[in-house]
Amino acid sequence: MPDSTLGDPHSGAAPLLQTIGLTKRYGDFLANDSIDIDIWPQQIHALLGENGAGKSTLVKAIYGLIQPTAGEMRWEGGKIVLSGPSQARALGIGMVFQHFSLFDNLTVGENVALGLDGKESLKDVSLRLAQVSSNYGLPLDPRREVWQLSVGERQRIEIVRALMQNPKFLILDEPTAVLTPQEADQLFIVLERLKSEGRAILYISHKLEEVKRLCDIATILRGGKKVATCNPREETAASLARMMVGSNIREVKAPAGRQTTIPRLVVNDLSLEPDDPHGVRLQHISLELKGGEILGVAGVAGNGQDELFAALSGERLAQDPGTIVIDGIAAGQLSITQRRQLGAAFVPEERLGHGTAPRMRLSENALLTGHAASGMVRRGFINIAATLLTVDRATASFDVRKAKRDPEAASLSGGNLQKFIVGREILRNPGVLVVSQPTWGVDAGAAAVIRQALLDLAAAGAAVLVTSQDLDELAEIADRIAVMFHGRLSAPLATADASREKLGLLMGGSSLGHKEGAHAAGA
Amino acid sequence: MQLVLEKRTERSNTIALVSPLIAIGFTIVTMGILFAILGKNPLAALGVYFIDPLTDPYSLQEIAVKATPLVMIAIGLSFCYLANVWNIGAEGQFLIGAVAGSWLAVKTQGTDVGYWVLPAMLLLGAAAGALYALIPALCRVRFGASEILTSLMLVYVADLFLDYLVRGPWRDPKGFNFPTTAEFDPVATVPVLIEGSRLHLGSIIALIVVAAAAILLGRTIKGFEIRVVGAAPRAARFGGFNADRLILLTFAVSGALAGLAGIIEVAGPIGHLQPGISPGYGFTAIIVAFLGRLNPIGILIAGLFLALTFIGGEQAQIAMKIPLDVTKVFQGILLFYVLACDSMITYRFRLIFPSRKVSSGAA
Repeated sequence: MPDSTLGDPHSGAAPLLQTIGLTKRYGDFLANDSIDIDIWPQQIHALLGENGAGKSTLVKAIYGLIQPTAGEMRWEGGKIVLSGPSQARALGIGMVFQHFSLFDNLTVGENVALGLDGKESLKDVSLRLAQVSSNYGLPLDPRREVWQLSVGERQRIEIVRALMQNPKFLILDEPTAVLTPQEADQLFIVLERLKSEGRAILYISHKLEEVKRLCDIATILRGGKKVATCNPREETAASLARMMVGSNIREVKAPAGRQTTIPRLVVNDLSLEPDDPHGVRLQHISLELKGGEILGVAGVAGNGQDELFAALSGERLAQDPGTIVIDGIAAGQLSITQRRQLGAAFVPEERLGHGTAPRMRLSENALLTGHAASGMVRRGFINIAATLLTVDRATASFDVRKAKRDPEAASLSGGNLQKFIVGREILRNPGVLVVSQPTWGVDAGAAAVIRQALLDLAAAGAAVLVTSQDLDELAEIADRIAVMFHGRLSAPLATADASREKLGLLMGGSSLGHKEGAHAAGA
Repeated sequence: MQLVLEKRTERSNTIALVSPLIAIGFTIVTMGILFAILGKNPLAALGVYFIDPLTDPYSLQEIAVKATPLVMIAIGLSFCYLANVWNIGAEGQFLIGAVAGSWLAVKTQGTDVGYWVLPAMLLLGAAAGALYALIPALCRVRFGASEILTSLMLVYVADLFLDYLVRGPWRDPKGFNFPTTAEFDPVATVPVLIEGSRLHLGSIIALIVVAAAAILLGRTIKGFEIRVVGAAPRAARFGGFNADRLILLTFAVSGALAGLAGIIEVAGPIGHLQPGISPGYGFTAIIVAFLGRLNPIGILIAGLFLALTFIGGEQAQIAMKIPLDVTKVFQGILLFYVLACDSMITYRFRLIFPSRKVSSGAA
């Protein structure tokens, strides 16, 4: 549906931006292998691929953040070599990153002024910011400090900051990962508007439905190579996924015989002050989780999920022992080691540096959480054979691919390391498993293995609490879904009853007419 | 063409072993240049420094005597450094240990109370060193004060305190006003291993410390705790390890070992308390710890090597009139090269030949 004023983009002389054989090598690793991509004005171009497929590397090269090892880039037909992002911005390339670069203690206006190359006064910047933001329906108050804003509002700052430079070409890196479904819809309206103004957009995502709805053309990367360019509207989500992954994804099945028995994890009116000034205060969180059950906790990142994980695991202690009960024992004041001895297991969101010590071997990382309760330590001495056995068993049961028997944690790919971490915990046969973002940044094959393992563990009688921002994941494995917002946890909804709209409203802070803190019976 | 430093996917064990040797090689070349600038024949000077002491039985013994405090202190420091806390004040803990142990020797002087005196002195020395090291550790844990600064500053406090004692209350009345205590009684003296030599029991204690440290670090959960708190603090907390308690523990242990080394030095080779009992053992031990890769066996070897530089420096001063301070220059250069070479364990150099052509390997 090309616009008549610009003519068919493909009939024009040259694309707005073109990469030819763009290659980026890190050591022995080819992050981008000879990639050709054409960006035309007035098109939303999707860049699809799994984590590690090379999407970020490609856009960093286009934005001048890294220098390609080989290949060339052309802007409106002429060859360019970018020495840095300011040069890219001068050409008319803007970028909105997945991880925001904002100073929490500065105001919106100050943050935007810092990011601009010009010499405008703060007052002029604020004025122009207000204009641009109201013009595009992205309301922002230049005087507010960033730490007070929601994630969606912070993203708005980044988008407005990019738009203030009037770019011809805007790159967005997974912009909807941090948004509620409703916020995402608003963003799409803005993107359509930018397209109609004749700008080009490169839209990075792995949410296929979104891409089908929004994008005119899609380039799919896999393992650093371009595998296809297609019209996403003519593809199905399944066919796009197949191109991304390179094979069919195993379907996850809930095993039969799942039983709901006695409560294994109970949280009673847990409130906790954050230990860092910009953290989230947990307020009156209550939940009850029975054996055989999986409870999903949805919510936009930064609404207290990290704080909840720290409180449940015992990395931070609750005020009152009775606020957290594991298998009938008041555990609120017990250390993480004591909670593990009660049969609880934990998988944090960050794999490297939190779930594992990156520069230590897998056997040592098995010891990290296994030393409390699995016969790896006798009278203070480490049983090295037992730690290696855990590595071998996790490798065998969870298909962990690695170069040698006992490598450093950091040398594994994200998916394989996550399989190892989940395997390490599940092999201990936990009665309660608290897992945060189990498949974040993990390839589709590993994600399926991990989700299946969680279902199997619940079927064996464990209580599983899964925090995730991926609503599809929760719909696939959870029995009930509750939503975190501003440190509060909504009453759980039965998964069958939890539509995206309802969850989206809860993620945005509406209460659906339920009373907050109300308990719902197990599904 | 461009030279870049890039991260390895996994630590190189080969480089980890070879890096101290490369560093020593670079240091020797640099020293040779330095000797040449001083107008000495580099080969002859290096020979006096590194070869001559090894050919003389007296010097060999002397190397072991000098290595004893270096190794003991460095083992303690390696616990701190592995746990990623920075005890720079081992020199002060060494002096305070010497003072505390000497107190008993001075008090029991001439009373002939029995053989418990020496063990009690050693215990006092270790305890005082530990307590003295706990001051910066507590300041760090309680108030967040940088342990690097506080531990270093306490070195000078200890130094002046010792000075005050030997010039004032503890001065030997028959000592012709020299700032020194009386010679310790035989029961307050560390026995020598071979009659007529200076090689003393402390060297055996140092070997036991090395063996115990090797077992602790490699085989026990406490050793694992030390390593993981240093390598990945957040993961350590997730593993259930308390970093604050570990800071106190590693400081206490390293202080105790430094204090023990201090009292052994005073009750052994020196035989009385006086200013200048340490030619900077506490600081040189930092180099020993890193040159030894923070590994007990490595530290033993590195301690012997650094002791060689002390002895070689003395001989070079006598034989070639090379200033004694050249030894300190040598040690400084060595630490510099060790740290530089260590970055090769996790990084490597790579030559990049930029070509704008499409790589032919692309398919």
